[in-house]
Amino acid sequence: MGAVIKVENITYRYPLTEKPAIKNLSFEIEEGGFYGIIGPNGSGKTTLCALLRGFAPSFYKGDLEGQVLVDEKPTTAYLEGELSLRIGYVFQNPFNQISGVKDTVFEEIAYGLENFGVPVDEIEDRVVRAMKLTDIESLAMKKPFEISGGQQQRMALASTLVLEPGILIIDEPTSQLDPEGTESVFKVIETLKQTKKTVILVEHKIDLIAEYAEKIIVLKNGEAIRIGDKQDILSDIALEAEGIQLPQYAALGSRLRERGVDLEYIPITEKQALDVIGKAISKEAKTNVVH
Amino acid sequence: MSYIELKNVSFEYPGGFLAVDDISMSIEKGENVAIVGQNGAGKTTTVKLLNALHYPTKGDVLIGDMNTRKFTTAQVSRRVGYVFQNPDDQIFHSTIIDEVAFGPKMMRLPDDRQKQLVNKALSMTGMKRYRHENPYNLPLSVRKFVTIASIIAMDCDVMVFDEPTAGQDYVGNKRLAKIIRTLSEQGKTLITISHDMVFVADHFPRIIVMSNKKIIADGTPQDVFWNLPILEEAMLKQPYVSRICHELGVGDRIIRMDEAVDAIAFACGIKEDMA
Ligand SMILES: Nc1ncnc2c1ncn2[C@@H]1O[C@H](COP(=O)(O)OP(=O)(O)OP(=O)(O)O)[C@@H](O)[C@H]1O
Ligand SMILES: Nc1ncnc2c1ncn2[C@@H]1O[C@H](COP(=O)(O)OP(=O)(O)OP(=O)(O)O)[C@@H](O)[C@H]1O
Ligand SMILES: [Mg+2]
Ligand SMILES: [Mg+2]
Repeated sequence: MGAVIKVENITYRYPLTEKPAIKNLSFEIEEGGFYGIIGPNGSGKTTLCALLRGFAPSFYKGDLEGQVLVDEKPTTAYLEGELSLRIGYVFQNPFNQISGVKDTVFEEIAYGLENFGVPVDEIEDRVVRAMKLTDIESLAMKKPFEISGGQQQRMALASTLVLEPGILIIDEPTSQLDPEGTESVFKVIETLKQTKKTVILVEHKIDLIAEYAEKIIVLKNGEAIRIGDKQDILSDIALEAEGIQLPQYAALGSRLRERGVDLEYIPITEKQALDVIGKAISKEAKTNVVH
Repeated sequence: MSYIELKNVSFEYPGGFLAVDDISMSIEKGENVAIVGQNGAGKTTTVKLLNALHYPTKGDVLIGDMNTRKFTTAQVSRRVGYVFQNPDDQIFHSTIIDEVAFGPKMMRLPDDRQKQLVNKALSMTGMKRYRHENPYNLPLSVRKFVTIASIIAMDCDVMVFDEPTAGQDYVGNKRLAKIIRTLSEQGKTLITISHDMVFVADHFPRIIVMSNKKIIADGTPQDVFWNLPILEEAMLKQPYVSRICHELGVGDRIIRMDEAVDAIAFACGIKEDMA
């Protein structure tokens, strides 16, 4: 599978700012991959998303060195709106995403499809499916502003999922969600992979990134301090010193090692933790039998 | 009687949607309580009843000697400060310092007292260095601290934080934890809504669980996070370390990382903390 997005040595500054928000960044996004972008507040995650989608520099202006290619063509060479069919985008602040022109949750989710001229019965099917995926079917007839914070965030995600774009850029879709809802968003994203959709996800919930994502990009001060497979990156205790939280299981693993527990490797997922800690415990049980 | 009392309170939104159904709770002065529960459970609606942003459609809300029904929102919110779930519902000044100074100014406190409160709130939240910025030039995660500073500056007896952990990084969560600890030590009554189970387990002695318009549990982190049927009903999860200890059958109702490390090390035959 080839690269759908190529980032070629980009440095980006917002208008009237000196310090670049993104510095010397290069990487490729493979089709069908699930990429997690992590990093502290203000490290440039949202800016990077805006660059991948082409909002920067076209909408935000500012100064871009290097280029971002989507399907081999620079984002700056696309016409306004052309990329919106190819790349679905969920903005970070769910509260700012409501169109304000629709009276019900159902119509709000249908809004994009209407704009793209999709036939009416198909719209209905797809909206119902998107509401099911995000578990908000019961809210179909409510007013978009008269629902809870988490319900608004689910609606925002549904409004993008319904478009079924090939590439999805999702900026912190679970910040207002309950634990169950958070997990189900990750599960939905995982099922998107089966249809070869490419997902780029910004998240602070590192434990879920560890569980579900494949590749990780760690940003700090606009620079990528790590790019690669999640297993290597998220089990690296040195990240903590960079102000980046490790998954709970990795933190647990490294503390156990400090305590003298003999762990084969540092786990990052629940399954790995059960495996590796389970083995350490049963080893002890066996030596006890021998004594 | 407790300092905060909800007595058989229900709330219906105009249009008839019942969001809170006959709940009762008591919170003592100086308590530090978390409220958790699934999206749409009624958490935000409930805390808005505390500072009279909503008035109960049934039952009574008592804050000390005040029944909220007999007071205006402005009066009640001097005693109960509420930090909105969406900071943009709260912020309306173009610099952070003006935003934070607004509360003390409205309370007509002496000038030097106003200054002192504003300064304290800005430093406690780490917002001092941004004070001349427009709040909208800052990311949402930072704007949340602006709204927290505004409430701290009013020095209310009761402070309510609605989803302060949303979108916060490692450092932001640590800062929040410290703010909550400091205010609690000063004797403030604190109520925090959060979906972050690890944060809640680590920092609150009492947790109230809401589900489907009702309160379904109220107790210590151990009581709540080891009551599996309740967690399932409320769509919550155990903290990660509790899950793994549960699966491995290690320790007694583990809630926190340090307890998990002790219990697993013990199960591996390491008896003493060597560190
Ligand atoms: N429109 C803008 N104009 C000027 N500077 C901006 C703008 N948007 C963001 N910045 C700055 O760019 C840097 C990166 O911000 P960005 O929003 O990309 O961070 P982030 O990693 O998404 O943070 P968070 O976790 O809080 O969402 C920050 O220093 C921020 O203040
Ligand atoms: N203005 C409104 N009009 C009608 N119904 C509303 C209004 N605001 C909220 N609701 C409904 O009331 C219920 C409770 O909402 P509330 O905001 O209290 O939930 P919450 O527990 O804070 O959820 P979240 O975790 O998503 O923030 C939800 O089902 C919601 O759809
Ligand atoms: Mg961001
Ligand atoms: Mg809420």
